[in-house]
Amino acid sequence: MNWTSLDEFLYMGGYGLYVWGSYAATLVVMSVEAVLVRKRLQAAVGALGNSEASG
Amino acid sequence: MNLRPNTFAAPSRFYAMAGTLTPWFWAAALLFGLTGLYVGFAIAPTDFQQGDAYRIIFIHVPAAWMSMLIYLVLAFWAAWGWMLNARMASMYARALAPTGALFTFIALWTGALWGKPTWGTWWVWDARLTSEFILLLMYLGYIALTEAIDDPRRAANAGALLALVGVVNIPIIYFSVRWWNTLHQGATISMTAAPKMVSTMLTAMLLMTFCFWSYSFAVVFTRARAIVLEQESDNEWVKGLER
Amino acid sequence: MIGLLLAVTRRDLLMARRRRMEALLPLGFFVVAAGLFPIGVGPESQTLRQIAPGVLWVCALLAAMLSVTQMFASDHHDGSLEQMVLAPQPLVVVVAGKVLAHWLTSGIPLVLTAPLIGVLFDMRAQSIVTLTLTLLLGTPILSLLGAVGAALTLGLRSGAALMFLLVLPLTVPALIFGTGAVGAVDAGLSAQAHMSLLGALLILTLLGAPLAAAAALRISLD
Repeated sequence: MNWTSLDEFLYMGGYGLYVWGSYAATLVVMSVEAVLVRKRLQAAVGALGNSEASG
Repeated sequence: MNLRPNTFAAPSRFYAMAGTLTPWFWAAALLFGLTGLYVGFAIAPTDFQQGDAYRIIFIHVPAAWMSMLIYLVLAFWAAWGWMLNARMASMYARALAPTGALFTFIALWTGALWGKPTWGTWWVWDARLTSEFILLLMYLGYIALTEAIDDPRRAANAGALLALVGVVNIPIIYFSVRWWNTLHQGATISMTAAPKMVSTMLTAMLLMTFCFWSYSFAVVFTRARAIVLEQESDNEWVKGLER
Repeated sequence: MIGLLLAVTRRDLLMARRRRMEALLPLGFFVVAAGLFPIGVGPESQTLRQIAPGVLWVCALLAAMLSVTQMFASDHHDGSLEQMVLAPQPLVVVVAGKVLAHWLTSGIPLVLTAPLIGVLFDMRAQSIVTLTLTLLLGTPILSLLGAVGAALTLGLRSGAALMFLLVLPLTVPALIFGTGAVGAVDAGLSAQAHMSLLGALLILTLLGAPLAAAAALRISLD
């Protein structure tokens, strides 16, 4: 293990802001994309039912 | 089912195949990601010169690689769809674009956060950063163009032409900026100097690359399935899905 | 083929002459936009001389893009563009003719006006000469790339703004070599390398852009 405590881990040798800023941004972006894409597919599947009903 | 090279050219078969494989890609992404992060943080040592700041590299480099790879794959499938009139290929190309753009953004963002503590600046106009920035503009241009055209075929083909023009241009831009920088000696610091790669660092980076690659497949497959439903809604097999 | 090229060029020039004001708008934009920089940045000669090549090149770039949709717009409106695409004559030549006309009406005036703006920026004579030469080589590149963008965005509602987004990144090498040449001369070095590269870029674009624009027209009109 490289760190002896959670505090040290979060501090990241003084670079915590940059390291966690990067990882956080990446995680957020990827999660948002995954959610949006899921929603898009669900909406597309949902729209099938509508076109069936009307067409 | 007999698998032929063009089996998945049919939107219906792609839809089914992608639906089956996507959960596996999510699982793989999670597995590679957790393993990669573990190796990267728990095992890989602190760098002598850059301290712990270098650990950004485990996202930055894989994201940059994905951003470039996805653009090439996009251009390939877009061109395929245009030349051979293959609808699925065109739809797949459009599904790739947002993911590629996001990785480009991540590469730029993490690059800036890595540059600030290690080289003292958020940004330099060296060849790699400038080209990556322009790559982002190319992605945005592709998305803007394909979204602005209502007719799916015209949108796909116009996007294909644009992507091909981009593939030709990006190397030219890269070399012109690199050449431009070598003439302006001392004006730039290279932000591309990575720490000497201890094998654990390299392992972590490769694991994260596989993580991003699996993630890309999962997300792009899902988006492609949505696009297939949106564009093929008049077809029989789609109507059959609802029942 | 040359006959066809000149005929198309002559036709487009004639149409531009009939709408002289429209044809002069890019030039007007160039002068105003470039002229705003000293006001915004401050009148200090040293600064102006330093930013001049970049400012003038970027303003020329934007001015060229402003008028490039006109290449196809009016013909598209009245249906003659479709006829050109369907005609047995090579579309590439037709596109080349239109690009030539665009360069003659939009590019050349920029090249001729640049020295005057250069004086406003207190550029040295040698730098002005170099800048003018780079624009002479560069404005055709802009017209060529603009043609591709205009063809791709033909008839779209957001056409002009979208075209900017698409084409401007592609003009980066020309911008780099063009401004670099002037920078070299300012530093007392030779601009030959830059000019050679710019020339090579022009040839490459001459070979590729009309083809791409013709393909784009077919895509847009099918």
